[in-house]
Amino acid sequence: MDPIHQFEIKNLFTIGTFGGHEIAFTNSAAYMFLAVILTAALMLGGTAARRLVPSRVQSLAELSYEFIADMLRSTAGEHGMKFFPLVFTIFMFVFVTNMLGIIPYTFTVASHIIITVALALLVFLTVIVYGFYKNGLRFFKLFVPSGIPMAILPLVVGIEIISFLSRPVSHSVRLFANMLAGHITLKVFASFVTMLGALGIAGVVGAALPLALTVAITALEMLVAALQAYVFAILTCIYLNDAIHPGH
Amino acid sequence: MANGTRDDGSANAGRPGEPRPDDAALSARLGRLDRRLSELKDSRKIETGREERQNETAAARASALARGFRLSSELVAGVAVGAAIGWGFDYLLSTSPWGLIVFFLLGFAAGVVNLMRSAGVVSDIHERLKDPD
Repeated sequence: MDPIHQFEIKNLFTIGTFGGHEIAFTNSAAYMFLAVILTAALMLGGTAARRLVPSRVQSLAELSYEFIADMLRSTAGEHGMKFFPLVFTIFMFVFVTNMLGIIPYTFTVASHIIITVALALLVFLTVIVYGFYKNGLRFFKLFVPSGIPMAILPLVVGIEIISFLSRPVSHSVRLFANMLAGHITLKVFASFVTMLGALGIAGVVGAALPLALTVAITALEMLVAALQAYVFAILTCIYLNDAIHPGH
Repeated sequence: MANGTRDDGSANAGRPGEPRPDDAALSARLGRLDRRLSELKDSRKIETGREERQNETAAARASALARGFRLSSELVAGVAVGAAIGWGFDYLLSTSPWGLIVFFLLGFAAGVVNLMRSAGVVSDIHERLKDPD
């Protein structure tokens, strides 16, 4: 069994061609649509009744709202709430796609770096555009620390620029690598079960160990899936804070 | 607050020579009610405090793991971006291998700065921008 076979992109149907390129609807796109539909169903269905004593779905919707709103207020302040739709969308998208990926036979959207890079660049460009819109050229002070001697200023500015440019890289690679590595580990351990099971009665007894490990790793993967969505969202808040609060 | 008003009430009731029996009974009942209320409040506070503390430790454990994931990739990203810039510099200006060497080292420094910044050892960027000039 090929452990990376699960990440294969399959073309479900072709929408059309654009400038000689095929616009295809892939299995990745299908899972993204599924995640959006699930999130929309949760939020619209949960807030439809608007009961004072919330039902289960409503309290789930309220809980997810409170979680992101608290996170945004504590890291980016009250002004950060204007970015709430962005942060909430990113968190729910990453969280739901990661959780869908845990279910066997499904596809994990975040295991392709193009998805996480697109999300990270969206945040990165939002920070740059909003930072210049709000602060003008003072945004460049981000790269020039105060109280540095002139002799080493160019070096420090260079380091600061590289440090700023490395943000989308670490932001995207972290999510991608965690999901990819976790799912490969899961697949390898699960394939040990079938390999040992083919060896006969002794193999079946021996297969109990990798089976138990697979169950344990599945639980760990669920934690990682939720945690990576949380980390992605909180880093988005921290980066947005730089654009919102440069002068105070 | 409730305690203070009750004391005032009983003092006023006791001052004019002979307190009426109704007032005395009322203030005694109020005092009992107040004591019971404060006892209930205290016990409830202790319970919620314990719950909050448990939540905090669970959250702290989860966020420690999250922090570990965060810190490990900061350093790698800095070095990778530095090396990429250096390679591009060499490619455009054909100064190989000097661009790669210099920017690789700068990238390592940037990675360490990132790491220390997200670990909270050195101040954040926006902290520095607080002072007007």
